Amino acid sequence: MNLFDIIGPVMIGPSSSHTAGAVRLGNMARNILGEEPRRARIIVYNSFAKTGRGHGTDKALIAGLLGFAPDDERIKTSFEEAGKRGLVYELVAGEDDDSLHPNTALFALEGATRKTEVMGCSIGGGRVKITAVDGFEVDFSGEYPTIITVHRDRPGIVARVTTHLAEKGFNIARMRVSRKTKGEKALMIIETDEPLPEGIKEVLASIEDICRVLLILPV
Amino acid sequence: MIRTIEELVISAEKRDCKISALVRELEAKSTGSTEEELFQRMRSYFEVMKEAANRGVAGEIRSISGITGGEGRKMWNAAGTALAGSTVAKAAARAMAVSNVNASMGKIVAAPTAGSCGILPGAVLTVGEKLSKSDDEIVDSLFTASAVGRIIALNATISGAEGGCQAECGAASAMAAAAVVELAGGSPRQAAHAVAMALKAVMGLVCDPVAGLVEVPCVKRNAMGAVEAILAADMAMAGIESVIPPDEVIIAMKEVGRMMPDRLKETAMGGVAVTPTGKRLSEKI
Repeated sequence: MNLFDIIGPVMIGPSSSHTAGAVRLGNMARNILGEEPRRARIIVYNSFAKTGRGHGTDKALIAGLLGFAPDDERIKTSFEEAGKRGLVYELVAGEDDDSLHPNTALFALEGATRKTEVMGCSIGGGRVKITAVDGFEVDFSGEYPTIITVHRDRPGIVARVTTHLAEKGFNIARMRVSRKTKGEKALMIIETDEPLPEGIKEVLASIEDICRVLLILPV
Repeated sequence: MIRTIEELVISAEKRDCKISALVRELEAKSTGSTEEELFQRMRSYFEVMKEAANRGVAGEIRSISGITGGEGRKMWNAAGTALAGSTVAKAAARAMAVSNVNASMGKIVAAPTAGSCGILPGAVLTVGEKLSKSDDEIVDSLFTASAVGRIIALNATISGAEGGCQAECGAASAMAAAAVVELAGGSPRQAAHAVAMALKAVMGLVCDPVAGLVEVPCVKRNAMGAVEAILAADMAMAGIESVIPPDEVIIAMKEVGRMMPDRLKETAMGGVAVTPTGKRLSEKI
């Protein structure tokens, strides 16, 4: 814990979990889409649905989708900003669900070439956790540089990826592989303490059976 | 990393330096940043605090929900005739001003949280002004405050959901008390006693936000927290000592937080949140 975890962050109020955390969730969803979102449908659950409006959670989620940082004064007017940039959005309150974290949002996003579905929650103090990407169960915070690969579930894929990373002198802090059905599409999440090496995206994307590589930088 | 208030005091006494100088030096070593970089970063945070306080006393800032707004401005205007004196009134005004800015979706610094963000700026800006301290000296005192906050976070909690308002506003007040002692030229030991007295004063304070929003009673509790910090500092510098050492008070605060039912920890299910008026406001939003 460093001193600026106590005094800090600089943020737009009123709530680190319901405002700053919501901005970060929007940012993460945007980065996972990997391009400018054009359409967004966001379902908010539990406390996000109940106290979200008074906390500006709705504006914060949209601000994050537009790529604003948690201390950007435009968060307050993010609905107008979305209009200017041609982001069509819809915010929906979901049914109460005890199985979900109290501050959960589900984003269905569409860009010019891609679609994605991201679920995440704001766990307090502005920190967030992504819990699902395109129906795959995941668990990462976005506090560290993160690599996500979408790949075909074949033997040896993890070894090929980690070999390339080792060659680049890249140390893996945390890693998780998830899939829905054996032999089909799978997802790999790799977190590190260090900055991502240059050109890593291209190198990993060239590996056989890897369909897509995403780099998520801390917001 | 220094993990107790006692260690903080003894290390500063040994080197015969201010707590802020000690923690900045240690932080530079552990993070790899230079002391100058740390200072500049804290200075930029200080500017955000000052800007928020200035905005909130200069104009009536309304919250998004409309439940609160303008408290900082009103208190500022009444500071000249305040029975408690203008220092107390201005500290309260600035604390509420920053809290008003927070509730209006303006820019603030979490210190240690957004809900308690007015207490530290309210106290240090006002005491700094009264004692004609430079901005740099006030920035220095923020290092002392954050070291105290970190010790509370390490040994107890600074989250209202975990420990109630005693953890959020209580921590902010304890942090501010230590910063004020340092600003006013008190000793590290006196800062430690001020920390203990500030935390004891709000032990058991519940977190009961109406409609779950950081407004009622949070805005006004920020005022109380800033004033309490200044009084705790004055008491410590008058030679009054906390019978219970600060580290023991911190553990006691944590235990009280653990014993508190969830209804009184930021769930809006107890305290003023469930009064008839609290419920009515909640339904309206």
